[in-house]
Amino acid sequence: MDLFAYAPAPESRDVVDIRPSYGLFVDGAFTDGGGEPFKTVEPATGEALAEVASADAADVDRAVAAARRAYETVWGPMSGRDRAKYLFRIARILQERSRELAVLESIDNGKPIRESRDVDLPLVAAHFFYHAGWADKLGHAGLGADPRPLGVAAQVIPWNFPLLMLAWKIAPALACGNTVVLKPAETTPLTALAFADVCRQADLPPGVVNIITGAGETGRLLVAHDGVDKVAFTGSTEVGREIARTVAGTRKRLTLELGGKAANIVFDDAPLDQAVEGVVNGIFFNQGHVCCAGSRLLVQETVAGEFLDRLKARMATLRVGDPLDKNTDVGAINSAAQLARIADLADAGEREGAERWSPPCDLPGRGYWFAPTLFTGVAQSHRIASEEIFGPVLSALTFRTPQEAVEKANNTPYGLSAGVWSEKGSRTLWVAERLRAGVVWANTFNKFDPAAPFGGYKESGHGREGGRHGLEAYLEH
Amino acid sequence: MSTDRQRVDVRKTYKLFIGGAFPRSESGRSYPVTDAEGGFLANAARASRKDVRDAVVAARKAFPGWSARTPYNRGQILYRIAEMLEGRRAQFVAELRATGLGKGAAGAEVDAAVDRWVWYAGWADKLAAVAGNANPVAGPFFTFSTPEPTGVVGSIAPDGPLLDLVSALAPVIVSGNTAVVVASEPAPLPAITFAEVLATSDLPGGVVNLLTGRRAELAPWLAGHMDVNALDLTGVAGTDVKPLAEAAAGNLKRVFRDPVRADAEDPGTARMQAFLEIKTVWHPVGV
Repeated sequence: MDLFAYAPAPESRDVVDIRPSYGLFVDGAFTDGGGEPFKTVEPATGEALAEVASADAADVDRAVAAARRAYETVWGPMSGRDRAKYLFRIARILQERSRELAVLESIDNGKPIRESRDVDLPLVAAHFFYHAGWADKLGHAGLGADPRPLGVAAQVIPWNFPLLMLAWKIAPALACGNTVVLKPAETTPLTALAFADVCRQADLPPGVVNIITGAGETGRLLVAHDGVDKVAFTGSTEVGREIARTVAGTRKRLTLELGGKAANIVFDDAPLDQAVEGVVNGIFFNQGHVCCAGSRLLVQETVAGEFLDRLKARMATLRVGDPLDKNTDVGAINSAAQLARIADLADAGEREGAERWSPPCDLPGRGYWFAPTLFTGVAQSHRIASEEIFGPVLSALTFRTPQEAVEKANNTPYGLSAGVWSEKGSRTLWVAERLRAGVVWANTFNKFDPAAPFGGYKESGHGREGGRHGLEAYLEH
Repeated sequence: MSTDRQRVDVRKTYKLFIGGAFPRSESGRSYPVTDAEGGFLANAARASRKDVRDAVVAARKAFPGWSARTPYNRGQILYRIAEMLEGRRAQFVAELRATGLGKGAAGAEVDAAVDRWVWYAGWADKLAAVAGNANPVAGPFFTFSTPEPTGVVGSIAPDGPLLDLVSALAPVIVSGNTAVVVASEPAPLPAITFAEVLATSDLPGGVVNLLTGRRAELAPWLAGHMDVNALDLTGVAGTDVKPLAEAAAGNLKRVFRDPVRADAEDPGTARMQAFLEIKTVWHPVGV
């Protein structure tokens, strides 16, 4: 045992009441689904948490019809000032229930309570607060004097930040006067269903927000539905492509937040300890289940040896385990399928000749776990340098000149995010300007804010979420 | 030998415009272009899919240089294009009249095209102020968002041979994108003459590449090309949009197809913003 071992400090589960089964939330009420119900699993144990309804075609019809009705009769005609008040109410209720929602998120998703409590929930509330203020000021958003809502928005979100992605989708849509049908990921539906209850507590008019659960097929039915005016998706580039094809040639507007393979570039004059911390945060935050994760470390050759030594020392202090333990840094992998994908790509890294390293760490005996992993000696042609792994796996490459760093960083079909570490401002800006990525973090990483637009270049997607620019996705102008 | 014979005129050979040069189609093909009465005007080059690929290569090669120019410099060059266009006013009036426009209408369209180009030229150094943002985030960070060109834009131009073409092209290149344009199929000649304007305006070779030929033959290759970042389908008729937009999904191109606001005095910024990316940069504030 270590000299300074931490005693377990588990967060109590008592604040959460998980029901044995959940229905769909349509037109302000929970209802059964026509599809085959499915189980949502606690990633930290592998045990089923609850049975969740699955929406079939008729359910999707019902939800879209409810959203249409609410759009035409209540939400569309409502003044921006009143819409704002509903959004402010929701934001407040989210703050009031933040501990319950954070614990529920960690149970259903596997992410550390430290992150759901300190990152996810504050940002979820902030997104509703931020957009609430826009609802009666849309004419000032730079999109013309009289921008109008699009109508019914179909929204499909991923499992990595279930409630945060819900907030990113629902808050701007509602602020702009649209109504929504949202489908959460099948592995993490519980906080979305809890959000349905938040809507009820806020007395949000029925049909303004509809939550339909189900797997890929439910999402396909929703996206392809004739009754929706807008499609918003966050998830893999592969599914994004499929959705772009489905929407092609229709009147539907489309925004996509897709995958990434972000470079984190460390120059020799970088503050190395801060850079180590940023690189660790960049890839091991949320178990690396982050589309903008800094999964490709590009470190200047002159400091590579020293930097990697410090990085390994820091990685050795990461605490992997119970997501509800307040000391935990890295929680559980979200699902068995995701764990298998991560393991497969990591094996490919070894097979292709990169050197694999993980700190000694005891992983729990049950549930889905993957130790923080660093690959050195990585070449640009390796799969681990080009494919999104979506797990706690970092690939380290080196460079000699700023030009080479930029070229290597941009050598990807993705373009979501990047990091730059250097003390020299002119160099940082020079690099940031040349990186083909929608978000560039300089001397920091994985920072998010509702006031800052987020979104990708190239195959990382279309459009921006957040800020003034994010409103464009939900307005006709 | 008679002294009052009419002079035999030197006729123009219409070619493609790729990488700043005027090649024939590599396919060796051409197609006859006729005036409004069906009279023969010229044989226009009938570009092939290889010409599409060559044009994309030229546009990609030109992108780093063009996008790195200062906005002020891009504005100067765009204004220079308007100057050259104005200088060839009589030539464009004659070419538009050949498409069937009356003298007054042809003159008005050329004037409108010049004015439109001047309007866009003035946007080059204002876009960032209007489309960019300082973001008031809740933390000690300097966070700003700036517009950047999306890259190579493939454009299926609408049929209006000059004003529509100008209205679709200027908003693409003013922000630093480079373009591959498929000109109007029935009336391609003013487009090639416009390429001559571009070629004499200090616009770097490859920033605009212009192809004439069969839309149906060229558009699918542009839509499916993996090195094209965005697709402007403004000139594509209803039912043809779907397959092209599906092909564009291959590399998740941005697809845009609003009608050009050719008659508007102020066509708005939506067409420029459609071909912009927004880059958000974060930097900590502190010592």
